[in-house]
Amino acid sequence: MADRIQQAYTMRNPENLKFKSPEGLTEELVRRISKDKNEPEWMLQRRLKSLEIFNSKPIPAWGPSLKDLNLDKIHYYLRPNAKNSKSWKEVPKDIYGTFEKLGIPEAERKALGGVGAQYESETIYHNLKKDLEKKGVVFTDCDTGLKEYEELFKRYFMTTCVSPNLHKFAALHAAVWSGGTFIYVPKNVKVEIPLQAYFRMNAQKGGQFEHTLIIADEGSEIHYIEGCSAPQYQESSLHAGCVEIHVLKNARVRYSSIENWSKNTYNLNTKRAVVEENGIIEWVNGNLGSHTTMLYPCSVLKGKNAKSDYIGIAYAGRGQYQDTGCKVYHLEKNTSSTVLSKGVSVDGGVTSYRGLVQINSGAVNSKSSVRCDGLMLDNKSKAMTLPAMDVHESQVEVSHEAVVGKIGEEDLFYLMSRGLSEMEATKLIVSGFIEPVVKELPLEYAVELNKLIELEIENSIC
Amino acid sequence: MKSKKILEIKNLHVEVEGKEILKGLNLTLERGKINALMGPNGSGKSTLVNAIMGHPKYIVTKGQILFEGEDIINLSPDKRAKKGIFLSFQYPREISGVGVSKFLKTISKKLNPEFSLTDFKKNLKENSEILGISKEMNERYLNAGFSGGEKKKNEILQMLIMNPQLMMLDETDSGLDVDSLKTVAKGVNAAMGKDKCVFIITHYKRILEYVKPDKVLIMINGKIVLSGSGKLADELEKKGYEWIEED
Repeated sequence: MADRIQQAYTMRNPENLKFKSPEGLTEELVRRISKDKNEPEWMLQRRLKSLEIFNSKPIPAWGPSLKDLNLDKIHYYLRPNAKNSKSWKEVPKDIYGTFEKLGIPEAERKALGGVGAQYESETIYHNLKKDLEKKGVVFTDCDTGLKEYEELFKRYFMTTCVSPNLHKFAALHAAVWSGGTFIYVPKNVKVEIPLQAYFRMNAQKGGQFEHTLIIADEGSEIHYIEGCSAPQYQESSLHAGCVEIHVLKNARVRYSSIENWSKNTYNLNTKRAVVEENGIIEWVNGNLGSHTTMLYPCSVLKGKNAKSDYIGIAYAGRGQYQDTGCKVYHLEKNTSSTVLSKGVSVDGGVTSYRGLVQINSGAVNSKSSVRCDGLMLDNKSKAMTLPAMDVHESQVEVSHEAVVGKIGEEDLFYLMSRGLSEMEATKLIVSGFIEPVVKELPLEYAVELNKLIELEIENSIC
Repeated sequence: MKSKKILEIKNLHVEVEGKEILKGLNLTLERGKINALMGPNGSGKSTLVNAIMGHPKYIVTKGQILFEGEDIINLSPDKRAKKGIFLSFQYPREISGVGVSKFLKTISKKLNPEFSLTDFKKNLKENSEILGISKEMNERYLNAGFSGGEKKKNEILQMLIMNPQLMMLDETDSGLDVDSLKTVAKGVNAAMGKDKCVFIITHYKRILEYVKPDKVLIMINGKIVLSGSGKLADELEKKGYEWIEED
């Protein structure tokens, strides 16, 4: 399995594109994307407006440095030579090979209710089990979603959840977004098995801007999983995806994602959920790859009794900076949130937990508990926690705990005295450290995440 | 035929953070024997067992540690464990997120090339029963939040599962109530065999009533200064160490 995984993440296919935009971002390109997709005029106008916002906003001056990210060198739109199929048989062989090595078709057969696969800028495969289709569940890519559910898009697409005004990369995303996932779960429909989408970048200096829009209607339930990866090249690529989740009254959404971009990808991702009364959002967030990650999944607890649970894990090896954390806005009474975050850094890598809990005046009886831990495997690496609390109401319960430390010599000796090598002992300590997060993942992903981290440790400690 | 000597230490000098603790220690341990090591605080007892196990902080500056005739000074702790050396820690480490039974399975696989899951499960069940350890206990994380007694029992469980040749117990009896002490002793006696050797560090003769020593060794200031039969422990309990130091 380890070999299979390693191969899956390093393999790259020769470029085979129907269209590759030249380097850099222009109004002409934005128009071209919209035209290629045959979009309604209002979407084009939104894209153009977002481009203006993008051009007017500065690069964030806080957090990891983005000075080596050259936005003029990125290819913003890459159309693979493949159409969106409902059958893996119709997917071109080289692309199918990649997804097969990543274990996607197998997972689909075994444990998933539906699968979407995106290669470069476009979705190349999408399929949903028949029984879910019959219940009215919609699971498709966002381009198709826009065509078939235009009214829902007008209302929910980058409006009340993630606005293009949020920050520079949200605006960039809104200008050049392509592909991604659209899910609508009708009232009181409970989708028992997870749906999954996998996003793969293959080209050098590519940009991927997939959009995920999930609408869980009143009383519905869904678990959606995203996986992402890209092979390694000399020059940087950019991922600026966007995830918007609307959790309506009494609905429950679990969103899990494991991102394993190549080590020169800038992963500047935006994820946000708006949760109505009695709704629950659960975030499971794993960040392993990338050169720099800036990702702060956010829950806006808008209705009474709304709840947000976040568990996150970040792993940073040589040259990597993982800046992640959870943001929660408690806007109403009796809202609650929990955060559990684990960061592992090795060989000069940096992890930092950057989070915010804000409780508004009037959000009485709200509760929040935050725990963020960092483990460093050597003296070269860094782990930081930067949790912020902004509380404007006195009748609330807020707690925060953080433990940051280096792997202990005494712990290693203890385990080695039981016959484990230093490497095995290190792996065991790391797997124990992340266990509270891993045990929340579906089994296959837990196994895969553990294997990935073991591989990373082997590569950096050998 | 295995040699009778299981461990032989010659002129051992050990430093901890630049300070010499063991100053030319000689010691021979034999198979089939239970040995007790006693001595005042700071005499170097823990240093000795940690040096035998290969703790990186305990630096051997001179001398030899021969296990089954082979000098093990340059071996890492895991290689020593594979040869059959075990240390029950005075302060077992808490390893969060690693379940006890999963951990025991991992180390069994490491130590036993003919590992079988069925045998392991049977072994774990039997040995847990000896120590009065419940199934639920073995699903908890290794030592995390365990009481002092639970930690020590878990050390003995690890020992029973690993089935080592040389069993070193560093104050395993400290802080145990009488029932736990009896349980731990039962575990040690169950692990003992005619090819094996027990080496107990203790301050009290209490445990030696349940694990009967063939030999009691007294350590003072980095050296073994006296050895005798089990009766020596009774004498120490009455008279303390001063009479030896004066000699």
